This record gives sequence, structure tokens and C-alpha cells, in this order.
Amino acid sequence: MTNQEIRDFLQNAIDENHVMLFMKGTPDAPRCGFSMRTSAALNAMGVQYAAMDILPDPRIREELSALSGWPTIPQLFIDKKLIGGCDIVLEMYESGELAQALGVEQPEEEPRAPEASAPQSGPVGLENRLS
Amino acid sequence: MPTPEELKTRIESALPGSTASVEDLTGGGDHFRAEVISDRFEGLSRIEQHQLVYGIFGDEVGGPIHALSIKTSTPGGTR
Repeated sequence: MTNQEIRDFLQNAIDENHVMLFMKGTPDAPRCGFSMRTSAALNAMGVQYAAMDILPDPRIREELSALSGWPTIPQLFIDKKLIGGCDIVLEMYESGELAQALGVEQPEEEPRAPEASAPQSGPVGLENRLS
Repeated sequence: MPTPEELKTRIESALPGSTASVEDLTGGGDHFRAEVISDRFEGLSRIEQHQLVYGIFGDEVGGPIHALSIKTSTPGGTR
């Protein structure tokens, strides 16, 4: 696969999926705490989202960052627009802006970002929704 | 290996008048957390604010700086 093909593939994923998360690992097996917290926030929202693991080929990350102008992983796109990485997604989760951006109701439990170390109050639906 | 002090100095000189506090999250010199207060953020979206800070370090983020967690605010309040 050429770099251009990778970039086209990434652009296509962004264009075709209402909610697209690029992460290290997968939602059910995240390989980085930042990716884990970001996908956990989406899981808490109960929305369908596509997730792509950027780790299999280092060029995926290079091309993605060139495309988005954002240097780090994870990266969340909603409606083809870069929303941000872990910090922004969690801030938006806590403020209710994430629910707004996703067009869903804020979950009823205390709107606090899921922490890696904090015990989960219930099972988090970690399902790889990449078809 | 970058130090928190070095990152702080670079942020504050790139954004005159800003205040930055930087901590090394792991002690390993590659995962950092920066809280930056600057009036340059006024009127920018959160993503633009973060990009402004990332822009100071260019390719170093993702390179020697594996992770840079950012929190931005303006002197007037958080946004």
C-alpha cells in the first residue's frame, strides 16, 4: 500500500462514518490510556462509532496527522470534522458538549469522565464496532 | 530529553504573556501535561487553542515528546 492509498483510505473512513475514532488498539483492547478513556467516553454516550487501530503500520499515524494537522492519537471525528484528542473529548464529555455534538442525551449518571484508575460503576460496553 | 521546565519556557516565550505549568506525568521525560493560560486563546475554538500549543513543538510531539496533554484557558476564564 502506498502512502497515498493509506491517506485515501483514512479520508474515506472519515467521510463515511458519522463518528470515527482513530486510536491505539481497539475499543475492547485499547493499547494506550488516552485511547482507552476516549473510547470509554464514547461508549458511555451509547452511540455507534467506527474505530480504527493506527498501530499496525506507522504510516497510518503519519498520514492521519498530515491529513488532520493534529499530532497525537487518539483523534475523534464527528461528521468529518476533527473534534480533538483525549483532553478535548473528556472536557466535552464533562461539559455536555460531547452529547450535543453527537446529538444524544447526556447520560444520566454523574457526567464525570471515566478514569483509568477509577472503579467503573458498571460494565462498559466495549465492542469493536469497526465492520 | 525535554524537561518540564524547558517546555514551560518554550510555551511562555512562544505565547508572550502566557502562564504555563508543565508536569512530567511519568517521570520518563516523554509524557507531559501542560496547563496554559493565555489571552491569545481568546476567540479561538478549543481545538485551535490546542493546535496553537502543539504548533510550538512541531514534530517533537509524537517524536521525543510522546504525549502532551493540554488544558487551555484564558485569563478571563475557562473555555
